[in-house]
Amino acid sequence: MKPRVFAAFVAPSLLMMLIFIAAPLVSVFGQSFYVTQPVYEQVEVETCTPGFPTANCVTETKSQPVFDAEGRIETRTIFVGLDSYRNLLQLDRVGGYLASGDWGAILNVDFWAALRFTLMFTLITLPIVLVLGLTIALAVNNAVKAIRGPVIFMSLLPFIITPVIGALSIRWLFIGDGILTVALEQLLDRDIAMFAQGWTIELMMYFYRVWHVAPFAFVIFYAGLQTVNQDTLESAIVDGANRWQRLKFVVIPHLGPLITFVALIHLMDAYRVFEEIVGFSSQSHVISLQWLTYDFLQPDDAGNRAISRASASAMLTMIGIVILLIAPVRRAWREHKGVR
Amino acid sequence: MIRITALAAAGAVSLLGSAAHAECSFENDTPVSLLSAGFEAWKAVSDAMAECGNFQAELDQEFRTKQPAAFAANPSLYALGGVANGTITPLVNEGTIRPLDDLVAEHGQHLNENQLIRIDGQVMAIGMMVNTQHLMYRADIFEDLGLEVPETWDEVLEAAAAIREAGVVDYPLGATMQTGWNLGQDFVNMFYGFGGEFVDAQNMPTLNSEAGVNALQMMKAMTEFMDPEYLVSDSTYVQQQFQQGRIAMANLWGSRAGAMDNEAESDVVGLVESAAAPKATEDGPPATTIWWDGVVVAQNIPDETAEAAFRVAMEGLDQEMVENNNDAAVWLIPGYEPTRLAQGAIATLQAQPNARAYPSTTAMGLMHTALGNGVAAFLTGDKTAEQTLEDIEAEYLTAAREAGLVDG
Repeated sequence: MKPRVFAAFVAPSLLMMLIFIAAPLVSVFGQSFYVTQPVYEQVEVETCTPGFPTANCVTETKSQPVFDAEGRIETRTIFVGLDSYRNLLQLDRVGGYLASGDWGAILNVDFWAALRFTLMFTLITLPIVLVLGLTIALAVNNAVKAIRGPVIFMSLLPFIITPVIGALSIRWLFIGDGILTVALEQLLDRDIAMFAQGWTIELMMYFYRVWHVAPFAFVIFYAGLQTVNQDTLESAIVDGANRWQRLKFVVIPHLGPLITFVALIHLMDAYRVFEEIVGFSSQSHVISLQWLTYDFLQPDDAGNRAISRASASAMLTMIGIVILLIAPVRRAWREHKGVR
Repeated sequence: MIRITALAAAGAVSLLGSAAHAECSFENDTPVSLLSAGFEAWKAVSDAMAECGNFQAELDQEFRTKQPAAFAANPSLYALGGVANGTITPLVNEGTIRPLDDLVAEHGQHLNENQLIRIDGQVMAIGMMVNTQHLMYRADIFEDLGLEVPETWDEVLEAAAAIREAGVVDYPLGATMQTGWNLGQDFVNMFYGFGGEFVDAQNMPTLNSEAGVNALQMMKAMTEFMDPEYLVSDSTYVQQQFQQGRIAMANLWGSRAGAMDNEAESDVVGLVESAAAPKATEDGPPATTIWWDGVVVAQNIPDETAEAAFRVAMEGLDQEMVENNNDAAVWLIPGYEPTRLAQGAIATLQAQPNARAYPSTTAMGLMHTALGNGVAAFLTGDKTAEQTLEDIEAEYLTAAREAGLVDG
């Protein structure tokens, strides 16, 4: 392809990436070092609210923003350096816990609790998704031709459902006297409350994510299976390789780049786990990094948002993803060069 | 053809005849729009406003996220807004709603003093209803077991123990303790009940006190008698627990009372009664907060539009609307006849010393968020009461510094 043609094809998407990914990233990076806040003054305010039979009036000292000449709220922007990161990581507190040997207490700090869950969620679901996806792909590949279509369709269904809706439906199956909870209770003959403790909620989250993502792995692996070199397979059979040996020495090496690809995508997706937290309303037991950022950005009744801490949290999330991706990306790069 | 038109006209006239009393008193020719929450009372009010014509309502439960930005636009995207104690704060702070004294003098003579929400001496909102969390209980169960209606939380716990002993319901007690806003609100109620103050005049937190520890311990004691999944139970969930006969008592929102007698949903029609919110201490106020809902008018609109908007609002908050929708809320508007299920809310409002109105301050917004995220750690047993309160204070301080409320 001529360089000019190549440029013409690539330029639009590059431009989009610059505008919608690079620019916001730079802006968020910058914002994480600054704090913008209104200037407040203390005033005595009498407030009257309804009561029976007459209104209740109370006078109290309140902080009210100061207005500038144009009637807008006066704000000031302060360079705070790494303060927002410090507020998030609370390293001095963590250091204290480490020194006293009370390691579990580190999870009292939101960020570390979120990091713990996010990492565990990512690393536990990854192998399960890979193995399950491959198993379904092999099963479908070996199934009778006539039922292949319907089986593929059925196994793709979870992937089609909008993530939040999927999480909510699982929630409703289990919450309170949900159908599945009642079924489990009858099976095990004991009272079960799936939403009463953290580990059951976490279990449901892993289950949900695997159920939701395995079809994606399956589709990719199934496509890969169609291109396995039949001659190699047959010669392996002639050489006396059993089913397991054929899988290990022929099929899996052939699928290698695809496995890296699925792992890469899954790591990126799972590290940004968010729908599960909202869907299962698990905030009291389990939170994730992405949810933490969202929570900082969510305005409260008085309209406050913690933009600086949200920016810091977003940057830390991104750094986390980059670190996680180094290994698979290097592997993909080597495979890419190896093919050439 | 002519006959059909005549018939249609006759039909229209007869329709007008039957709906004559629900007509607007003036012809509105200025476009007016409203953004408010989406519950039953707002539906009734916005329907009544629509009778004046040229009116558009947006009832949206996400209104509190939208409102500050929509009202800050020039011209404002909405002329009217529906707010409550908490959600009026950003509008007042940013100066995006206008004082209504002149309009009240001109078009609002009939409003009673109770409806005029004054901030710093100026009328900033017109109240329409009050809402509060109060005790709802299964009268039949209390009668069968010979129990008195509890007046304090200690008595609630005793009654709960007796009900559990009798084993007539799954769980004696329900509560809106979903992590986040709901849980924060339950703590606010209990903390005020024990006479606590959240912040001092310099916005420094004063949470870590005897009242704070007491409030946490009382909430923990309550959870003994509750569905173990209480950290995911919001108002709707508690309402359904009541309707399905699975709980016997709850400190629940007055606006949820009507649902108990909804025959389509409820198995306990006529069995649920309400009483004043229980007190935390013998001689304290009811452990609850008073909320009001009302209408505000945008600052960034021409005066003529504001006047039209105010007149439309008055039409929505008139006596006819209340008479047609008496059960939808505890109205502040003349003509309201308290129903059986409104008794508890009214008893709460009349209690002495009186329960506080939920404070409309910036600091309270930050504190509420910190509470909503932090209180659960004590209930699940992860932290001690003191540690929990200390962490919530630290969380609040970080947020307050970032917001510029506290120096340093």
